Amino acid sequence: MVREYRIIEKSEIVPNVHKFVIRDHSIARKAQAGQFVLVMANEKGERIPLTLSDWDLKEGTITLYVLELGVSTMELIDLCEGDSLFSLAGPLGHEAEVKKFGRVLLGGGCFGVGGIYPIAKAMKEEGNHVTAIIEARSNYLIYNQEEIGSVVDELYITTSDGSMGLKGHVQDQLAELIKNGKRYDRAYFMGCTFMLMKCSEATRPQKIPTGVALNAIMLDGTGMCGCCRVSVGGETKFACVDGPELDGHAVDWDELFIRKHIYREEEAVSYQSHACRSMTGYERDRKTPEGGGA
Amino acid sequence: MIGSSPRTKMPEQPPEIRARNFKEVPFGLSEELALSEASRCLNCKNPLCVQGCPVGVKIPEFIKLIKEEQFAAAARKIKETNALPAVCGRVCPQEVQCEAKCILGIKHEPVAIGYLERFCADYEREMELTEIPEPAPPTGKRVAVIGSGPSGLTVAGDLVKLGHEVVIFEALHKPGGVLTYGIPEFRLPKKIVQAEVDNLIKQGADLQVDSVMGKMRSVDELMNEDGFDAVYIGVGAGLPRFMNIPGENLNNIYSANEYLTRVNLMKAYLFPIYATPVEKGKKVAVIGGGNVAMDSVRTALRLGAEKAMIVYRRAKEQLPGRKEEVHHAEQEGVEFHLLHNPIRYIGDENGCVKAMECIKMELGEPDSSGRRRPIPIEGSEFMLECDMVIVSIGTGANPVIFSTLPDVNRNKWGYIEVNEETMETSKPFVYAGGDIVTGSATVIQAMGAGRIAANAIHKKLSEQPKKKKDK
Repeated sequence: MVREYRIIEKSEIVPNVHKFVIRDHSIARKAQAGQFVLVMANEKGERIPLTLSDWDLKEGTITLYVLELGVSTMELIDLCEGDSLFSLAGPLGHEAEVKKFGRVLLGGGCFGVGGIYPIAKAMKEEGNHVTAIIEARSNYLIYNQEEIGSVVDELYITTSDGSMGLKGHVQDQLAELIKNGKRYDRAYFMGCTFMLMKCSEATRPQKIPTGVALNAIMLDGTGMCGCCRVSVGGETKFACVDGPELDGHAVDWDELFIRKHIYREEEAVSYQSHACRSMTGYERDRKTPEGGGA
Repeated sequence: MIGSSPRTKMPEQPPEIRARNFKEVPFGLSEELALSEASRCLNCKNPLCVQGCPVGVKIPEFIKLIKEEQFAAAARKIKETNALPAVCGRVCPQEVQCEAKCILGIKHEPVAIGYLERFCADYEREMELTEIPEPAPPTGKRVAVIGSGPSGLTVAGDLVKLGHEVVIFEALHKPGGVLTYGIPEFRLPKKIVQAEVDNLIKQGADLQVDSVMGKMRSVDELMNEDGFDAVYIGVGAGLPRFMNIPGENLNNIYSANEYLTRVNLMKAYLFPIYATPVEKGKKVAVIGGGNVAMDSVRTALRLGAEKAMIVYRRAKEQLPGRKEEVHHAEQEGVEFHLLHNPIRYIGDENGCVKAMECIKMELGEPDSSGRRRPIPIEGSEFMLECDMVIVSIGTGANPVIFSTLPDVNRNKWGYIEVNEETMETSKPFVYAGGDIVTGSATVIQAMGAGRIAANAIHKKLSEQPKKKKDK
């Protein structure tokens, strides 16, 4: 069996959110809510983790949402329907803890708006009452609301500019719901690190057990390198194999922010020098000292 | 007298040049040098060198073929028992194996067996004289090999030759395991690893990369649903150890696994042409004294370190690294801070390491490993400035495959328990070998285990009735 990782469908569903449907039976048949894959757009690319946002057993496909944040995501987005990824490994990480909790609250931002869908579905199938809150900067950036809406009991939308739903963020809507007397037995958040931190702060006073899907920098994604290590309750965990879901109330957020920014300068260099990659193959090859001197 | 002539020196890049590039350090022997070195071999009746080799390479026989200028035949002679001579000639610790036993070593210097092994393997490959052995008739048996490092490649090579259908599953996007992600280009050029894997594929083995076993497929599924008759687990010991001391999660503190994987597998030394970055420290401290520590510290030099340091808690005599690696590191200007141990790291305002506090050590009584135990000297703490740290103190058993493998017995360190005569685990038809059984060891030891397992798998499968083809 040859795995090709062919892109079956690709579309920019709202500005800068790209939906990829990729054929890979091996991963589709094993995917669980909360897991991720590692993707390389091309041979020279980085290995980047992306959340499994849906999968179809019959078609043997998986769905990923990609936001352009740097060179690696840009190169991924440059690929077209019919193209193949260079590398696709997974499903990685533990599945999200899904069982009958009672009343479950889910929050998603950025790629997490796509990524919480399988968790919402799985939580609902376990018989939970599921509330989802999704956020974006403005109404035209909200996506996936029908899919999520179809599997949850309550769906709330927040926007930074107030153009849709509550003006604010997931944690603001959460505070409002709690103020109105809603109680939750479990919370789970997926999105950028800042959002995860803010949401974890919001559930702390009520002591709602809170899982966060940590998106640390990863390399192999199988526990081999320790790049994604994060302090949780004073203990070092590897986000790739101990997570990605970890206890939002125990994560050392300051450390995580610092670790996430280790390559900030290199990211800028990479972005600046990227224009040279669109040269002709001949020019590019001449500039590639393959296996040679530094 | 034969043998009393001095041992051949391998020509190599001068230290000041090579410390700044990623090209291979030793150039290899010329035919002339190889002939002269081969002539030193006494061709002992009872060759002790063979006993010193974990896979029993027929050393005097291959050296005799070199003397007769049959270089490719010499390579084939080695391959009768060692599938990867070009690799072993470069990375084996010959000084504690074959060469340690060489009779010449008593009065003079031992024959440079490793150099000669490398020479004929390179000759065969570069002259394109590699013969792809004709496999035995198909047995109808299928074997899954998990991990494409040295032990997995050995098992696959042996079994495919015997007519079994072999599928190798590799978790990363490139095959070779530690040969690819761990050992740097300047010590083992990746084209050599690729050539070995290509030969295996030409022989009929199927290689599946991007396949994280335990996640994408479990061992039970391989055997019950995918029709494999046996499984070999050679996943290595890929879980980096840290010291759990304060400040260890500061930025620019890497595990050796991460640092080397970025540089070797992802080619971060060619950033930004390759997109994966790696920090380039100016004052780099590598904690540990093994081969991986030497690879890390020499890589840091090549990435522009002004000060590249080994910080090791025992003395020079106890450095576990291969002698040649330590010697090369010294020549290239690596500083050795011996009998030192870090106790905490200090960060700057950006969360990057800027120094570490060390304590001086002295050697006490030998411990269970037979090495004298390092004991901290109270009150000897001092600061060592560094802007990058690479922790290279060994690895443990990676848990990923075990989440779906509860019925394989493991020892207290998490490594797989096997019957040492067959390498079979507590689960019938499931075998294991290499670092996941022994903990961190050498390439050749992993290959030795692979050879034992391949023989045992072949024997056991040959005793099984042929199954009906239902696939």
